[in-house]
This record gives sequence, structure tokens and C-alpha cells, in this order.
Amino acid sequence: MPNIRNFSIIAHIDHGKSTLADRLIQWTGMVEDRQFRDQILDTMDIERERGITIKSNTISLPYTADDGREYELNLIDTPGHVDFSYEVSRALASCEGVLLLVDASQGVEAQTVANLYLAMEHDLTIIPVINKIDLPAADVPGVKEQIERELGLDSDHVLLCSAKEGIGIDEILEAIVARIPPPTGSPAEPLSGLIFDAHYDSFRGTVVSCRIFAGQVKPGDIIRLMYHGTVHKVEETGVFRLTREPRKALSAGMVGYLIAGIKTVSDTRIGDTITQEARPAAAPLPGFKEVKPVVFASIYPVGNDDYQDLADALEKFKLNDASLVYQKDSSAALGQGFRCGFLGLLHLEIVQERLEREYNQSIIMTVPGVRYRFTLADGKVITVDNPLYYPDPSSIKGEEEPFIRTSILIPERFVGAVMKLCLERRGVNSRFQYPSPGRVEINFDMPLAEVIIDFYDRLKTITQGYGSFDYELLDYRATSLLKLDILVNGEKLDALSMIVHKDRAREWGVRVCDRLKDEIPKQQFKIAIQGAVGGQIISRSTISAFRKDVTAKCYGGDITRKRKLLEKQRAGKKRMKMVGAVQIPQSAFVAVLKTENE
Amino acid sequence: MPGKPEESFFMDHSTSSGLYIHIPFCQTKCPYCDFCSITGTGQVADFLAALDQEARLYREQFSAFDSLFLGGGTPSWLTGAQLDQLMNNLRRHFVFAPDSEITLEANPDDLTADKLAHFRDLGINRLSLGVQSFDEAELRFLGRRHTARQTEQALLLIRAAGFTNLGLDLMYGLPGQTLEGWTGTLETALSFAPEHLSCYQLTVADETPLGQRVAAGQLRLPDEETQREFFLLTANFLTARGYLHYEVANFARQGPQAGGLCLYCCRHNLKYWTRTPYLGLGPAAHSFLAGRRWWNISSVAQYCSSLSAGEAPVAGEESLTPEQIRLETLALGFRTREGVSLATLREQPGGDAMVAALTQAGLVRVDGERVIATACGLVVADRLPLGFVGVAGA
Repeated sequence: MPNIRNFSIIAHIDHGKSTLADRLIQWTGMVEDRQFRDQILDTMDIERERGITIKSNTISLPYTADDGREYELNLIDTPGHVDFSYEVSRALASCEGVLLLVDASQGVEAQTVANLYLAMEHDLTIIPVINKIDLPAADVPGVKEQIERELGLDSDHVLLCSAKEGIGIDEILEAIVARIPPPTGSPAEPLSGLIFDAHYDSFRGTVVSCRIFAGQVKPGDIIRLMYHGTVHKVEETGVFRLTREPRKALSAGMVGYLIAGIKTVSDTRIGDTITQEARPAAAPLPGFKEVKPVVFASIYPVGNDDYQDLADALEKFKLNDASLVYQKDSSAALGQGFRCGFLGLLHLEIVQERLEREYNQSIIMTVPGVRYRFTLADGKVITVDNPLYYPDPSSIKGEEEPFIRTSILIPERFVGAVMKLCLERRGVNSRFQYPSPGRVEINFDMPLAEVIIDFYDRLKTITQGYGSFDYELLDYRATSLLKLDILVNGEKLDALSMIVHKDRAREWGVRVCDRLKDEIPKQQFKIAIQGAVGGQIISRSTISAFRKDVTAKCYGGDITRKRKLLEKQRAGKKRMKMVGAVQIPQSAFVAVLKTENE
Repeated sequence: MPGKPEESFFMDHSTSSGLYIHIPFCQTKCPYCDFCSITGTGQVADFLAALDQEARLYREQFSAFDSLFLGGGTPSWLTGAQLDQLMNNLRRHFVFAPDSEITLEANPDDLTADKLAHFRDLGINRLSLGVQSFDEAELRFLGRRHTARQTEQALLLIRAAGFTNLGLDLMYGLPGQTLEGWTGTLETALSFAPEHLSCYQLTVADETPLGQRVAAGQLRLPDEETQREFFLLTANFLTARGYLHYEVANFARQGPQAGGLCLYCCRHNLKYWTRTPYLGLGPAAHSFLAGRRWWNISSVAQYCSSLSAGEAPVAGEESLTPEQIRLETLALGFRTREGVSLATLREQPGGDAMVAALTQAGLVRVDGERVIATACGLVVADRLPLGFVGVAGA
């Protein structure tokens, strides 16, 4: 066991995590150069395109160190986004150390700080690494100073590298061996293993990624998942190379996988503890949490005939993403669909994109919202995450909404603009910290509902791209809500109904009416778009009718040309929905979500 | 062959085929014209020979017609002998029903009493006169060879020759034209009590001389709102004077039978709009039979050389899918007084709501089983079908 090192790389987005992982894999000879491709651990198209890691990936790297000994370096690659912070925390709980990667030109960012705190919570050995030192804009002394001041780490031990150019990789590998402690724990103790991830394999069922802290597990063992309470028979154990490699057993200190006839990923819980049924551990490992969705939106198929296809796609999707929750929903305008719960906005976007690209679904997604809590006249407390189930206003005695604490890191000159944005978004309890000269960390308590739509984009815009943002969930706080309905020629467009704070209702009403005016094409008759709260109209826009569209010309028997024009026009209507007699393009539902400057 | 629609509005609607002959010769080419025509008569002999060849190709498929339309170009420019040859050839290949509508397109400056008498002798019983305007300045702008005075004389000659089915082609929406000026043209036209009026809106194709002037910014066409005013004025004016607005651009005097039946509607043109078979001979002519459409080469020289080589001068063809047939039925139906079947519209998801909304907006009216565009509906007739196609319903 002294020859095992379990570590992870943590970084702000775009600071080069996947590239460094690529280099470590190449340096240890895991993959021949001709097989190599960038972001080798990111297997999904969407990960490679966006340059982010969505799903954790683990790989065991065999490494012969300068001391001449053979080591097994287990790299646990974590998702790089706050939406997945629970997964990240479980992955970190499986390590003894981390490489904390900082971009030499960008410096310390919000997620650098958040990730560092996470690592410190787990008492991990932290190896700071400054990446991209080859860039002309690299400011190594400046970033070193930030690491010292803002992160409180000793800058003497900072490593320098350019993952892209392959500079400094040997030093990093040596530091992993030298500085990160080997795992402790004895194979002789009762089995205690942490599930930090699970993948679905269509042939083998669920492949559970785990870190063994104590004891041993091997094929044939009967294991129990301590929180979930289910019992399974182990079929295979092994480690991750580029593909799965079976081993006779996994024992204390190791990171690997087990297959145990578990049908879907949802039958496991990330953070659960694996133990032997016959000789269980005294207590499960700490830190287990049931992950709950915080952002909600409905998904509808564009074609009504495609409902079953979408249902099948979601079911398949769910096999591999236990954090997505959904149930049936229906809309007068959009027909049958699903109400879905997501871990956050990025998770929502990823689900949407993957459904469209990998599962070939054409979908309409409604305005995302949060889960509100209502105390009713009879004292009952209910939660509502779907405007469809907004309670009768006269029965509401109390209303609460989820709050978050933001962490916004910006150059000092943008403080005014960012303050204004946060106050507009109903931020309270502002606090400022100056981690280093010229930089400010702003904390606000803010309603989650205010950041899930175009907050981050706006922040990026007003800080010219320099602002970084992270948040943690706080609690539920009293609020005052209204339900905003959108009417199109008097017919309610229920898919656009939303629960909003009373001070924001008019703004939203105006925004939706304006966006729809731009997106709904002129039709044969005038179209009135209205925002309504209860019976009161609070915003309005009008789309004028076509005044003239006819060829009053002799065209003889050439009907073909006329029909072809019509076929072309009709093609543009394929993705439209009828609300009453008004044809609404899919883009109208999307446009409501876009920021003003898009 | 499709059966006669049971509730057809048009009394004159028959299921017999129509024959169109495109005669692509003009003395001069009008600057707005994008039809197939050439100036000069050098190729007339070749053309007539080719036409005879082409007619021969279709004598099995189209044996009998009850309408013949000699269009162009300027058919009235042909000499008497050329017209004799043409008509003789057609009658040799095809059978025409005894009561056939036989139309010839004529320019006012071509007509003499002798020529008109000869037309009558040839069996031509309907004239379509290219009047365009009674305003001299407008006629000059349109590059027409005739004057308003010539037109008035021609009209008197036509009546004197015994023609009782006369259609006038007029044009509106010209640059600088006023509603008053256009009303004047309509008034003058009505003083000759034509059985039929085609009121076309000046439509400028890019490749025409007028189109180039528009593109160069030398000429400005009326905006949509003005075009709409012209359209509605035309519809209201002629309807008030007892004409039936039976197609977007076409008006027919109501016959003594009244009851809304269309005695003077152009039987031939109705075939295009009711998807009745027709054969088009000559360059750029279009044909339709049994769900198939085809069209000819639009170069006169190539048309002639193809046929002299024994080949059909067809440039393209298509066989219609059921969905295409549905689209055409919608598109054409909304352009005519016959309208579209309510049942057909209801088949589309949301169709009922759309009919209700269009009715409320005053664009259509429901008359029993038919949904018929009103004058305001005809102004947007090309858009009406789009309310009933391709949209995912709720």
C-alpha cells in the first residue's frame, strides 16, 4: 500500500485541468501517442466541446519514480462545476491529496477558492501548480503572491508547468509521490468502501466507482450498501486503466470499480458505503447526503407524436444520471411532457443538450424556476416547483424561497457595477473581502431564483469577462410571490407561466411580452400578448397582422412555383406550436430565457 | 380523372380538359414582362410546325377539350393565314366540345374589323384584351404600343363584330398611380360593360428592365399598404358594380341566372385553379394530368429544335404526393370564390380554432361546407394556407 497515491486535480474552469490530466496519462505511458486525443478522459462530445468535465473519470497510472520504485497513481478526475459540488466532495473524500491548478494569466478565481476549501475540509495535501506559464500574459510572480495571500498557501512549494507544452510534468509526478501521503487502513478490517461515482454499462449494468478505506472486496462477496440498504453479489472487481481491468480483489487504499448486478445508476447513491453483509463495518463513512434538485423546468417534445420517444430517452438518460429527477407534466399549449429537477443551471443545460444531441430529441424547455414553500391557511406546508400547482392565493399564509450565498471574485474597478446587479437581483447582507490588492470578493445572500436566469452572463458582461462566480445553498426565507401568466390572444400560454417575486412581476411581464413580440412571426390576424397577474394585465405587446400577401398576377398554369414557395414557408413552421389559432415558434420559448444583449 | 366536386360554386366548372397554346411572339417587349416571348416573326413558321409536332405527341392522352386559350405573347399579331394553320392543326389532332370556350389574347392596336370577323370564323368566342390602362402616361410607362383612344376604338369594333364574351386586362399599383386615377380607369373600362375583368397588380421581376430600374433606385413601387388599398378598392368597386370577385385578380359579370353562379368566369383559367387537367403547348407552357405536372423549355429556338429532333420539349416534371395535392388544394382554394372544404381544414390540428380566428378577423366566411376568403382575406390569400399546414397542434 505504500506505493499507492490517490489524488485529484481541482481548478477553476478553463485553467487547464483536462490538459494536465492528458499529460500525466501520456507521461506515464498509459497510452501510445498515436492513440492519444485531447481531453482523453472526457468521453462525451459535450465535454470536449465545452472544455468541461461533467462526469467523473478515474484512471490508475503506473509510474516508476526517481527512487526506482513502482507506484500506482490513481487520478480521480472530478466535474468542474458548482452544480456537481457534492460529487466533487465525494471524489475528494476518496483522495489523500490534490493538485490545485491556477492559470498563470487568470490567477485565483472563485472556483479555485471554493475547491481549495473543499480540499481543506477533507484534510488533503495540497500541491499548488501554476499552469500555462508559457503564455505571454503569464504573471508567475503575481499569481504566486495571490496563492500566498488569497489562499494562504506557501508559495515556495508552488510547481510551475505548461500542460499544453509538456513543461514541468515530471516535477508534478515526483511531487505526487513525495508529498501526498500513501493511504492508510488495513485489508484485515471489515470492508468499508466509498461510492464516489457510478456509470451505466449496457452489458454489465451499473459500474460502481469506489475507494476502499478498509477491508477487501472480491467477486462472489455479498455486499451491502449501508444507506440504501440493498444487498448485492459482487461479480467483478478491478481498476480503471483506459478501459476497465479486472483484479482478483480491491483492498484497503485502492481505487477501482465493482460490478454487482445493480440494474441502474439510480439504485446506488453517491457517498454510500459498501460493506460486507457477513461482517459489516461498525458505521458508514461520514458525509453522505441525499442530493436534491434545486432548479426545475419542464421539457416537452416538439412533435406531439414524440412524447413516447422522449419518455424512453429520459429513462435511458436516467440510467446514467441519478441526479436528474422527472415526472409527467402536461400543458395546454405544449401537450404531454415532463417536469424535471436539476442540480443547477449547468446541469439543466447539459441535460437539454445531451437529450438533443445524443438522444436525438427535439425539445422545448420552459423557463426554469426554483422550489417554493407555502404555508396554507390550514397550517399545511407544501412545496411547489411547478407554476401549474401554484396554490389559490387566498389560501396562502406564508411564502418562502431558497436563498444562496454568492461568492463573486472581481477586479476592484467593477465593484459598483456588480453591486448594482446584485441589488437588482434582491441581494442582501453584502460583505466584502479584499484577498489581495486590487481584487474583491463579494458575498451576498441572494434568492436562488434570481441567479438561475442570465445572472452569470450578465456578471461576465459587466466585468468584461473578469468576474467569477460560485455559490452555496443557504436556507429558505420569507418572501412575497405572485404568479405571472402570459396570454396570447386571450389564451393562456401555460408553459410560460411563472412564479415570481412581487417586485419583479412587472419587469418579467414586460420582458416576456417584448421577447414574444420579436419571436412570434406576423400572422393573418393581429396578435395581442399580455402578462397577467390574477385578472390584472400588467404588460402588453401587439404583433400586427399581414397587410398584404398575395400575388395578383397572371401566372397561368404554373402552379408548381406557387406550391414550392408554400412548401418552403411551411418548412419553417415545422417546429411551431398552436396556442388557440396563434402559431408560436419553438424559438419563442427559448428567447424568453435569453439575456438582453444576446 | 377526378370527379366534379359536388358542391362546386362554379356553374361552368367541368371535368373536361383545357388546352393552352403559348404563342411567344410580340412586336415589342414590354419592360415589365417576364413571360416567354420574343420580338420579330422570323421563327413563326418553325414554331407552328413544332407546335403541330407537339400536339401530335399528346393526342392519345388528351382527346377532347372544352376550352382553348390562345395566349402569349401576342396571338393577335399572327396573320390570318398563320392563325388558320394553327387552328386547323389543333382541330386535326384534338376534339373540341361544341360549346367550347375559345379565348384569344389580343392587343388593341392589332385589331381591325376584318381581323375580328376572321377570329369569329375560326370559332374564337372570347377575347381577352390587353388594355392595361386608359391613362396615356401609364401606357407609355408600361411600354404599351397602343393609346387609350385605340383601345376605345378596338372595344367598339369587338362589340360590332359580335363578341359577347369579352375580358379586359388592367394593371394597378404603378409608380405614381393614385386611387382616383385607378378608379377612372375602372370607370372607363366598365363603360364598355365587359363580361370579365382581370385586374393585375404590377409585379416586377428582377431580370426585367423595370426590375433593374427598381433595383437601381430609379423607380419606387407603392408600399404594401398602398397595394392593399388598391386591391381592396378594386374589389369593392367592382363588386358594387355587379361583378363577382371569383379569383384574386379576376372578376366576372354575373349572368342573368344570378344566384351567385358564375356565367362569365373564364372556364379555361378555372381549370388551373380547380386542378382540372390541362395541356399546355408551346415554349414554357405548363401541363397537368393525373397528378403529374410538367413544363416546357422556355427558349423558342430550343423548343423548335427539340421537336424537329422528335423529342418532347419538356424541361421538368413532377408527380404530386398526397401532401402536395393537399397544399395545392388549400393554396388554390383560398384564392377562389370556391373556397376550401371545411372538413379538410378541420383535419389539421387546431384547424377549428384557426377557422374561427380567421372568421373573427374578417378574412374568411364559412358558407355551409366551404370556407371562402373575403376581400380582406384575398389580400393575404397566399398566407391563408399556412394556418393549416405543418404546425404541431396541442
